[in-house]
Amino acid sequence: MDWLLTPFTTNSFMVQALVAGILVSIACAIAGTFIILRGLAFIGDALAHGVLPGIAVAILVGFPGILGAAIGAAFMIGGITLITQRSRLSSDTAIGLLFVGMLSLGVVIVSRSASFSGDLTRILFGEILGISVQSILIQLAATIVIIAIAFICLRPFLLLSFDPEQAEVAGFSVRLYHNIMLFMIAITVIVSFQTVGTLLVFGLLIAPAGAGALLAKRIQAMMAWAILFGILSMYSGLLISYHFDLAAGSSIILMAISLFFIVFILQNLRQRRTSRSEEASHE
Amino acid sequence: MNSLNNSIERSTRPSVTIENTTYLKAENLSIGYSHQSVISDMNFELKAGEAFALIGTNGSGKSTLLKTIVGLLPVVAGRLSVFGQPPGNNHRRIAYMGQFHHSGFVLPIRAIDVVRMGRFPLHGLWKQMGKHDDEIVMSAMRTMGIEKLVDSPLRSLSGGQQQRTYLAQVLAHQADLLVLDEPTSGLDAGGRELYLHAINDELCRGASIIMATHDIHEEAALCHQVMLLARKVVALGAPKDVITPDALLTTFGIVVAGEQKLHVLECLHGHDDQKPV
Repeated sequence: MDWLLTPFTTNSFMVQALVAGILVSIACAIAGTFIILRGLAFIGDALAHGVLPGIAVAILVGFPGILGAAIGAAFMIGGITLITQRSRLSSDTAIGLLFVGMLSLGVVIVSRSASFSGDLTRILFGEILGISVQSILIQLAATIVIIAIAFICLRPFLLLSFDPEQAEVAGFSVRLYHNIMLFMIAITVIVSFQTVGTLLVFGLLIAPAGAGALLAKRIQAMMAWAILFGILSMYSGLLISYHFDLAAGSSIILMAISLFFIVFILQNLRQRRTSRSEEASHE
Repeated sequence: MNSLNNSIERSTRPSVTIENTTYLKAENLSIGYSHQSVISDMNFELKAGEAFALIGTNGSGKSTLLKTIVGLLPVVAGRLSVFGQPPGNNHRRIAYMGQFHHSGFVLPIRAIDVVRMGRFPLHGLWKQMGKHDDEIVMSAMRTMGIEKLVDSPLRSLSGGQQQRTYLAQVLAHQADLLVLDEPTSGLDAGGRELYLHAINDELCRGASIIMATHDIHEEAALCHQVMLLARKVVALGAPKDVITPDALLTTFGIVVAGEQKLHVLECLHGHDDQKPV
């Protein structure tokens, strides 16, 4: 019991990390659910990495990283839209192109910085153990905005995931709500990079919601599972990193990915057993 | 299925007094994709309580016309008025069922959630759904014979059951105009029978229906007007006048006569100009 609780009762930085982590988990679970339903995983990934040069420039000139991340995300979404509309290339080509370009640009910019590897690691993997109260408050505000968007736009988001044509005929503009969804994903990525880093935020977007998709019969349930799995990986990841002196961000993501595979394997075993018992009952 | 046809023939429908309004009117209408017209100079009218069938092969322009009516494609030339307005302005009054449902197997969603979506256009973002909506949703599911599948995940349903679910969604809308693209594809005999009954009920309610179909015997015969399409209007009129061997030959290419029925062997036209064989 001590092993599970003392890290949090004796260290305020662990409590702050957990609070920030829970807020990130909720935001990522909601955005991740729609990323999976709409098949936007690649765009989420691209956003998570596309913000890198923005953050790098912000660090070099001494602006808040979050501002740079926002500019990077806007640039990324704008670029993808432009290439997709103005050429005959599909969006995944556009995304791939910008994704690698922005990542390289980010690294090139960071390489001008004096503490090159330190800055890069911080951007890619976050610094959840050194999170400030101010960052937690920004994360709280962002999480509230994301919950509000998902709540207000639930019907158009559902229709959009089901069949975009159906959404349009029902009077919900596909372009408008698709952009709102991208905006929601962008906010999640921009704000969460401080806690888990740009590389890892993508894992938190996909793994808990993916596990939720395996278990749930309804979208609301999928979101609830995703939040649960997200918080569980936060808590267990922090705990493991504390006790074994491991990198916190990466431990959290490893927990999230492991949870996904545990659910996946259990689900497959159960399905095999039910189909076997069905076969048996037929004989 | 003959007994069914007799039971729901047009003449036996209860004579509800339906206002004689025009829901759909096309004047010299050209339709197509990105300003390239697929069919030009179409003229037709659809009144309240009437059914309209579009018959033709794949690529003949049926889906293009239906998508233009619901506002998914812009009018290329001419005029098309839907409830007296340009297309795309009457979301509350139009229910649309497209031909393809790509996401059915991925979404964690139950059959009833899909049918409930049929009520979304009437409620917008905010308005709560009430008991009345629940009753309509359940009744639509009963009409399509899927009331026992309420809680089943959509992805666990068979193709035919999914098609019934999409049809129930359209019925739940209680729209004035139903726009259906091959609504019976994938349905079994029982499903088709339920569908034909449902269509009849919708017409009695005063709704109009325009549908693309391959079925020239049951579905098209139920309609007040039939339009044969082969990248042009081959024929337009009452089923008995339009569904003739010559017209079908022009529309489909090959027709085989037998068992006192005309059987259509479909050949794909591609997108070239259609020449009668």
